[in-house]
Amino acid sequence: MTAPQDWHRKDLIAIEDLSRDELETIFHWAERYKPTLGRTNKKLHTLNGVTVVNLFMEPSTRTRVAFEIAAMRLSADVITVMGDASSLVKGETLRDTARNIQALNADMIIMRHSAAGSAKYLSEVIDIPVVNAGDGAHEHPTQALLDAFTLRERLGHDLTGKRITILGDILFSRVARSNIHCLKKLGAEVTLAGPATLVPRGFEKFGVRVCHNLQAALDGADAVMLLRIQHERQTSTHFPSLGEYTSMFGLNEKRASWLKPDAIIMHPGPINRGVELDSALADSGRSVILDQVTNGIAVRMAVLHLCYTTLTAQAS
Amino acid sequence: MSQLLVITGGRIIDPANQRDEVGDLYVRDGVIASEFSDEEREQAETFNASGLIVSPGFVDLHTHLREPGDSHKETIASGSKAAAAGGFTSIVCMPNTKPPADNAGTIQFIKERIERDAVVNVFPTGCLTMGREGKKLAPTGSLKEAGIVAVTDGGHCIQHNEIMRRALEYAAMFGLVVLDHCEDAAMTETGVMHEGEWSLKLGLRGKSSAAECIMVARDIILAEHTGGRIHIQQVSSASSVEMLRRAKERGVSVTAEVTPQHLALTDADLKAYDTNLKTVPPLRAEADRQSLITALADGTIDAIATAHAPHTVTEKDCEFDYAPFGMVSLETTLSVCLESLIRSEHMDLSAMLACLTHKPASVIGLKKGTLSTGADADITIFDPEAEWKVERESLQSLSRNSPWLGHTLRGQVKATFVGGRKVHG
Repeated sequence: MTAPQDWHRKDLIAIEDLSRDELETIFHWAERYKPTLGRTNKKLHTLNGVTVVNLFMEPSTRTRVAFEIAAMRLSADVITVMGDASSLVKGETLRDTARNIQALNADMIIMRHSAAGSAKYLSEVIDIPVVNAGDGAHEHPTQALLDAFTLRERLGHDLTGKRITILGDILFSRVARSNIHCLKKLGAEVTLAGPATLVPRGFEKFGVRVCHNLQAALDGADAVMLLRIQHERQTSTHFPSLGEYTSMFGLNEKRASWLKPDAIIMHPGPINRGVELDSALADSGRSVILDQVTNGIAVRMAVLHLCYTTLTAQAS
Repeated sequence: MSQLLVITGGRIIDPANQRDEVGDLYVRDGVIASEFSDEEREQAETFNASGLIVSPGFVDLHTHLREPGDSHKETIASGSKAAAAGGFTSIVCMPNTKPPADNAGTIQFIKERIERDAVVNVFPTGCLTMGREGKKLAPTGSLKEAGIVAVTDGGHCIQHNEIMRRALEYAAMFGLVVLDHCEDAAMTETGVMHEGEWSLKLGLRGKSSAAECIMVARDIILAEHTGGRIHIQQVSSASSVEMLRRAKERGVSVTAEVTPQHLALTDADLKAYDTNLKTVPPLRAEADRQSLITALADGTIDAIATAHAPHTVTEKDCEFDYAPFGMVSLETTLSVCLESLIRSEHMDLSAMLACLTHKPASVIGLKKGTLSTGADADITIFDPEAEWKVERESLQSLSRNSPWLGHTLRGQVKATFVGGRKVHG
């Protein structure tokens, strides 16, 4: 099989922008990179001499570290700038910060930011590749890519007709939005579930099923993706309490039995054990949560490689 | 000797007098005259308006001039020039200046600046409450004596129902209309755009149309209860329109305005996160836009107002969440309304011009907006077909936060006269 060549972007801003072929291109490269993760000497030379700046304006551990490792595996030099340590607190604009980073000869920027649309904005004000590591409640494209990559490993490469339920805080979730776009493009049937205040009917316009009855949402699903209940982001107006959430929507053994027998349980992390997910289930054989984390490295290696390659192709 | 001007050969549209004909318009000493003697005709300065529309000068009920306090965004001088360029000869400026216009001294300052710098008629409004905080009534009587034409907290909606009720009662004593920007604060605090399909897609926090409609309903109830006069600013949603329609059918003394941006644009236009489209009330869904057009055509909404809200390029050059709300509009209103209302065949030209002239004037009782004999010769002459490009260089406003920046628009003001004196063109 020849390598899929469909990739002409220097930036990865949103899954919504991508074609099915572009998704396949990323998966192809992620599959090639994944076996290298287990080697003793893990370094590849793809991005040798390339400087990657991780600009994290919002706290993150998993995504930040996965991007750092992905860049290092490709031999890039990586610097992480955290929001609280950066000049933005001194009142510098994002445009100025980004242009300074570019002036410091950075070759790529990976950005996490609390404002939706900020990744797109960044890509418009600088020339070097921008990879969105999460922009507000808009998109988190690499999370959706690693989720789809994991689903393909477990459920088979063709996700057509597979039933995937996303459960939890959809309204404020960039992970949910990216996953909806990604899974739809791959032909899966998507159901959104959770309390009505966090899963408004308006999401039906995305071509998905919205379901506030948990049993109906989980019944016969091939996979369930849990989302962290981000109580720090919600006022008390969206749901009464974590306890109430757990009793109504938390995934436990009984509720997991409504899924298909071989269905998998996913979570982008960090997990609130005992809130959205029963602790024993999180550690059970049905949970693929740690596979997701590992796959996050391979997928991000693919993304960094592809975006940088486009830049150099454009330059030459 | 009299100052004489004759505007010849234009299509004169004077909606207040149901006049729509090709002819000559006479101005003697800054006032519309019915005719000239042969001698006067010979002496008069002539403006050839053949092929052009001759309209009463436009009246804007809703302009932010930013002076005092934010003269880097706009001044009375620059804002009034922008008004003249857009065909507006009378503008009503909002009191959300720094300091707010909640005291006679600030009104006095604004009046002096108008006297010194303005090229069109500028009418100040006063705050309804001190500091626009919605807590304590501003000295409405003193503000009226200082020269205000209406009261409003300009951009802030009083949340406390009892204070709003008393404000309406108190303002009514002075014959002042209360202008209200309707928005329930608790429901919209974190919102940056219309709550709907597009806010879900873009991951931006929404302001629901219910938050507007609730306050429109509140204001209607209080107007009915107190006999006060309320004017709803910037109606943006179909539900508010319905509320207004029913109130007007009952005979409640309420009027309303809509902006050109809400007639032309929707939430779907935000898909590129263009901060120049971030405004409040937010651009709503297509069904809302259609209902606003219908309401303007059937008289439920009385006036087109610009809500001209200047912000600098730097202030708008940032993440969508952090950009200030508002857009400049004085200079694009005519072209945008021609496109949204006339070329789409929702209204005829005379009906549209009524919403830009005598109807807004009558909302607050200004003797403006007509070409009646004896009226001030405030006249706007425009070519409805002429194309122009909205560019930094083509705008008079100090700010450039227009959704139409870089676009070519159709319909251009060729000359603006205030009191018979040419101030633009």
